[in-house]
Order: sequence, then C-alpha cells, then structure tokens
Amino acid sequence: MIEATGLTKHYGRTVAVDNLSFTVSEGKVTGFLGPNGAGKSTTMRMILGLDRPTAGDVRIDGQHYWDLHQPLRTVGALLDAKWVHPNRSARAHLRWLAAATKLPKRRIDEVLDLVGLTAVADKNAGGFSLGMSQRLGIAAALLGDPKVLLFDEPVNGLDPEGILWIRKFMHKLADEGRTVFVSSHLLSEMAQTAQDLVVIGRGKLIHQGTVDEFIAHATESTVLVRSPELEKLGEYLLAAGAGISDDGDALRVSGMDSPAIGELAAARQITLHELSPQVGSLEQAFIQLTGDSVEYRTVETGRLAPDVAASQEERA
Amino acid sequence: MTTLLATERIKLFTTRSPWWSAFLALGLTIGFAALVGLNHNGGPLTVEHSQFGMQFGLMVVSVMAALAITTEYRFATIRATFQAVPKRTSVLVAKTAVVAVLAAVIGEVAAFGSWVTTYAIDGGPEMAITTGADWRMVAGVGLVYAIASVISVAVGTLVRQSAGAISILLIWPLLVENLVQLIPGIGDDIHDWMPFTVAGRFLNGTGPDAPMGPWASLAYFAGVAAVLLVASLVVANKRDA
Repeated sequence: MIEATGLTKHYGRTVAVDNLSFTVSEGKVTGFLGPNGAGKSTTMRMILGLDRPTAGDVRIDGQHYWDLHQPLRTVGALLDAKWVHPNRSARAHLRWLAAATKLPKRRIDEVLDLVGLTAVADKNAGGFSLGMSQRLGIAAALLGDPKVLLFDEPVNGLDPEGILWIRKFMHKLADEGRTVFVSSHLLSEMAQTAQDLVVIGRGKLIHQGTVDEFIAHATESTVLVRSPELEKLGEYLLAAGAGISDDGDALRVSGMDSPAIGELAAARQITLHELSPQVGSLEQAFIQLTGDSVEYRTVETGRLAPDVAASQEERA
Repeated sequence: MTTLLATERIKLFTTRSPWWSAFLALGLTIGFAALVGLNHNGGPLTVEHSQFGMQFGLMVVSVMAALAITTEYRFATIRATFQAVPKRTSVLVAKTAVVAVLAAVIGEVAAFGSWVTTYAIDGGPEMAITTGADWRMVAGVGLVYAIASVISVAVGTLVRQSAGAISILLIWPLLVENLVQLIPGIGDDIHDWMPFTVAGRFLNGTGPDAPMGPWASLAYFAGVAAVLLVASLVVANKRDA
C-alpha cells in the first residue's frame, strides 16, 4: 500500500504538488490520472525518495522509501525508459542493478526472457527503440520481484503493438496480486487498465475512487432516440417525467433508461429508428472535472489571444 | 559496502570510457617517456626524465573520474542508482573509492612503465630508484592520481555537467594555480598553498621555499580532496536527484 499525506512540492515559486493525500490499495491496478504538468511524475519521484517533499509524507507499507532494505525487492518502478547509459548493454544495466540488490545472475536472464529482450541483451541500450527501452525499463522494475510497481506514462509514444503488450502486462502483474500504480494522461488507457483512480490537476487531488464511480460521478447517462415521430414521442416522454434535449434529428433523453423508453414507444405505437444508451466517457468525465486545472490550455478560436500575440510580437 | 563497491565496479567497467581513458593515459605518459629518452643528449638520463609525462596522465585521469559521475547525471542513471540504493552517501563513497583505485593503478602502471621505457632506451646507474625522493617521484604518482580522482568525482557531483566539470578540472591546475602568482604582493604565497602545486612538490621535491615537507604536502592535497568530497556528499543528499 502506498499512502501519501499532505504531499507538497515547490520548485522555487512553482507549486508542482499541492497538499496531496491519497492511498493506493494492494493487489489492484490504480490509475494516476491528470493532464500534462499536473504533478504526476513529481509525485512518483517523491514516492521513490528521489525528490524531497517540501511538506507532507509518503510511505510504502508504512515505511519511507529510503528506509527500505534493498528497495528493489519491495518497489519496482519505471519512470523514464531513457534512464539508461546508452553505451551500456541491456544485460550490463540489469547486472549492476542486480548486484546492488544482491540478486542472483539467473534472475537477469529471467526478466530479459519475461520482456522478450533476450536476443538483444548484449546490445547497447542507446540503440534501442522506445518500445525496447520500455521493455528494458520493465525488466529492471521486475528484477527484484517487487509487490509494488510504479509506472509513469508507460504507453507514451508506443506503437499499437507496444501499447497492447504493456496493457496485457499490467493485467498480468495485477492478477499476480501485485499493487500497480500507473500514471497516464490518456483516459481511455486508464479505463482499460485500472480499477481504481487517483485523479489530480495542478498538483491537487480531484477524485479518488473506482473508475466506475468516477464516470458516474462526473457524467450523466443519457439515451439517444431517433424516430420519424420525434415531436409526439417527446411530448409523451416529458409527460412520463423524463428530461429531453434536442440533438438535431434525434432526442437526448435523461432520467429514463432505454427499456423504459422502448416500452413507452411501443405502447403508443411510435416507430423507433434508433435507441442507444450513451455512456458517459472517461474523457468527458475527466474534462468536466479537470477543466479548470489544465495548466497549458490551447486557444480554441484558432486565433491567438491578444496577450499571447503581443508577447510573440515582442519576441520578434 | 562490498555490495556497493561491486555495483560501482560493474558500472564503471561496463562502459568504454574508463578503458579508453586508461589506454590514453598510459599511451601519453609512456609515449612521452620514450620521446624524452630518444631525444635526450648531453648528460645521463635520470629518474626525473622518465616522469615528464605524468601531468598529461593526470589530466586524462581527472576527466575519466569526473565522467564517472557526470554521465550518471547526464543519462539520469543516478536516479536508477538512488532507487536501488537510497543511501546516497554510501553510493557516492563507493563510487569514489572504485574510481580512486582505478586512478591509482593507472598512475602506478604509467609511472613504472615510463621508467622501464626510458631505462630500456638508454638507462645507466643514474636511473636507479634509490633515494626516498626517487621512490616518491615514481611510486607516488598512483597516490597523486587517486587523490586527484577524488577531487574530480567531488567536483563532478557538485557541477553535474561533464563540460562544466572538465573545464574546471583542467583550467584549475593548468591556469588558475599559476596565474595567482600574478597577484601583487600575496600571489606567491597563495601559489604555495594551491593543491595541485603542493601535490607536484610531493612528487618532484619541495625546494627551499616550500611551506611543507613532501608527506605533509601529500596530506594537504588529500585534505583538500576530503573537504570537497564531504561538500559534494552534503549537497547530493540535500538535492533532488
């Protein structure tokens, strides 16, 4: 279990993480969600004792990271796949990590096999593609057979095959009963991998709970209805207590589920061309909740906002 | 600590940099000794003639030692290191020790290799290593290289950038220590206490106006290295990795 209480990190005047408290429970995949620059990586570095918190505390099974004996046996992490010496071979990279943790040499071959890098183990890590680097990073994280795993944006920049592989791997790790804490700004990714969610924006906690809760909490489920007798149907629906909104040639119905709408239409002998439940997507929920806390927002009109344009002119 | 020493040894020797550095340091020192031996005329060759190239070897060893830590920052493997071993002081002390041992070995091989080379070219009884001063001049090279490498690792840890650390480590002994002599009045006194100048006196004899004897000079040089090392450890522990 990972437990953060009042975790805060300032870089000069910038507040990267702001009084953040959350728990990551055992034996589950917990997604760590937030827009770019929300403080996810900083939080992960603090969990690993790499960055010192300005205030607050984070513990793993009640212990500070730096008090763990041979921490790679307890916590494995992949924060950045490029944290390897480019002129050192994959095997040598794992060899010194294993030596620092007093792991047998055979464990190196095991993890290389596990991530499918055996064939290129003696090649320099600098020549690896991102996908291969990612695999090496995961091999390093798994080296000490830890029960807690941290991954920071593991699918970032990967091709579909790589993404699929990572996703399957996470599930496998969770099925083995490990605690997996994985960050992403890709919500669809989280929906497929995580059971629990910790959502942050601008360093602050926005939501903690299950993925389903998060969606239910943030979006309303509606049903999209299409019919040649749309107006008539609308009146009946209103009379039955449902909320309706016009969506061009269709109606968006809230407060009534699709079987009820179908039965109502049948009873009134109204033909339906479409009756489809609209489940609120994780994206919608996410944008709704983090809308105010996106650090770098695009200007939507396509034209630059006056102050941005002015500052660009100054630079020119 | 043996675990950490083994770890740092693997790390150092699984990149090409230390091999190249050792090769270059030995090539420069021994090669220079050969040139001196071959071009020498007038008077017999002495022990001193064989050791002219040691300054070049020192430069290469300093760069090698600084790179051992700055590349860790450059490629962020220092984070992987602190992840594996969060006790930063132990990690850095182990790394310094491993680098210092390598520097000492390079120094001894360079010094004795140079002596053998010069002796083989045109050696006579004047080249025999007999006095304490002779022994310091040859066998002392390893000690000076080892202590200089400690300074390099400390500076590398403080600066964290290869270019910055190497610039400091080359410009300091080559320029700064000599240029301070130009300061009117006190310049010469300051020069007498400059670490690499003092280390040079341990190797090449103290001369009439040196403030310290040879072994005190070496201790002073080691003291400077220790102070820098402690400073770098304090900073590395406070800083975010």
